[in-house]
Amino acid sequence: MSSLPLVSALGITAKVPALKKPVVPVAERYQAMAQAAVRRKRIQTVLPWVVALAVLVLWEVVCRAFKIPQFVLPPPSAVAASMLKWWSPLMSNAGQTLMTTLAGFAIAVGVGLVLGVALGSSTMVYHGLYPLIIAFESVPKVAIVPILILWFGIGTVPAILTSFLIAFFPIAVNVSTGIATVEPELRDVLRALGAKPLDIIKKIGIPRAMPYFFASLKIAITFAFVGSIVSETVGANSGIGHLIMLASSRFDVPLVFSGLVVTSVMGVSMYVLARIVENRVTGWATRGRT
Amino acid sequence: MNIPALVEVDNVSMRYGLEGGTLALEGCSLRVKPGEFVSVVGPSGCGKSTLMRLVTGLWPATEGHVIVAGKEVWGPHSEAGMAFQNPIMLPWRTILDNVMLPLEVVEPHRGQLRAQRAMYEEKALKLLALVGLKGYDKRYPHELSGGMQQRASLCRALIHEPRLLMLDEPFGALDVFTREDLWFELQSLCINLKPSVILVTHDLREAVFLADRVLVMSSRPGRIIAERMIPFDRPRSLDDLYTAPYQALVQDLRTHISAARQAERAALELTHV
Repeated sequence: MSSLPLVSALGITAKVPALKKPVVPVAERYQAMAQAAVRRKRIQTVLPWVVALAVLVLWEVVCRAFKIPQFVLPPPSAVAASMLKWWSPLMSNAGQTLMTTLAGFAIAVGVGLVLGVALGSSTMVYHGLYPLIIAFESVPKVAIVPILILWFGIGTVPAILTSFLIAFFPIAVNVSTGIATVEPELRDVLRALGAKPLDIIKKIGIPRAMPYFFASLKIAITFAFVGSIVSETVGANSGIGHLIMLASSRFDVPLVFSGLVVTSVMGVSMYVLARIVENRVTGWATRGRT
Repeated sequence: MNIPALVEVDNVSMRYGLEGGTLALEGCSLRVKPGEFVSVVGPSGCGKSTLMRLVTGLWPATEGHVIVAGKEVWGPHSEAGMAFQNPIMLPWRTILDNVMLPLEVVEPHRGQLRAQRAMYEEKALKLLALVGLKGYDKRYPHELSGGMQQRASLCRALIHEPRLLMLDEPFGALDVFTREDLWFELQSLCINLKPSVILVTHDLREAVFLADRVLVMSSRPGRIIAERMIPFDRPRSLDDLYTAPYQALVQDLRTHISAARQAERAALELTHV
């Protein structure tokens, strides 16, 4: 209330300006909007690279400015130099890790799918098996590696098994959620036709769970890398995990970081691959949104 | 009533849950002859949808017998095609694949689908064209409007040429104009394919326009309290709906239903006083 007289005292009157015709013609306005959209899209593709580069530059500057010793935190330039120097062993060990990871991941996909379908479609299986799976899942997999090494010797097999053991859980849980949450109406469409339970799982449950399945693949593939590298650090004579252990025992920290870089490149590539497959197979779930 | 009935509901009661659960139907009886179109109307919550679920075998009756095509119904069976209040399309399938879904389930089509896919596809396309969905077969459900999806769901209910078509308020969620269009299309489908139809609806004009016979259900627990024959020739036109004989029938049905609703209200007041 008190502001009202002030406003009028200043001589401001509430006059609505008359609507003017748009200065810019409609066609041009649309064109401007389209151009803005293209620009935004371009920025979005460049942005992650710019940010990554900025972080690297900052890292380099901090290392040099504070004269951080290389065995504490090597600057990116030292890591790059080390990568060039050790290129061939890096690649052969990365190949080993990639192989064990993909093998473990493949088994995890198979087992996780079957288990997820069973858990999601049968309450009996769910009640019988789920507590056991949770109990198993809560055991840190590092603790299992020594047992696996006892059974299978050091090297490839424990790495494959560890990555499988870590990666199957998200797949099984996601697939079972996808199937268990099928809308009853959707199920009734088939039941009203006299469909058998197996038909309903095949025609409704599994397709309905596919978005859940592919979402879990993105998590599972990164988990699988964790599994194989953990196993390699505990006991192996090749692989990135083994290489990192060797390098750190020699205080060759740039090489340790090189190993990490290679791992993350592999992880990101696999993640991107999983996403491409996901977009192709379950486009229906996003209803044309991009 | 000498022709053997395709559907026989004999003194059926249905209680949800165990002893003390809601009694949805009590002593409900009806018969549907082959090729007959029966509409079931009644106040909301009177157990119309329950009746549908009993006939399709989605739920078992608590008491009484449900007989479809000479066989007692114990569980889901393949005699009926059903369209629900919502289209309920499978979102990961194209419209064509949605319409063809029953063929993958119901014998004998199931066994022949692989060998005669082209023939079946042609049949599905013909049905889609009949309801005005020509050229939409490759689209996904979310690309179609609600009314178009409902048309497709009618096709899905009919593709395997069921002897019995069960329609559970299939036009309830649509606007008046779309609804009237679909009445007309449903009528031509029925004239072509001659299935028996049970249509549950709360739209009296819809019931009268489409049916050979309209049954009125009481409020819960539901049973049939009145029956009206609809003697008009087919094909009927939408304009007929505004003529006196139609109006009189609709008015007559309305009286029955408001009586049923008043009885329910009186009963409620009795129990609450």
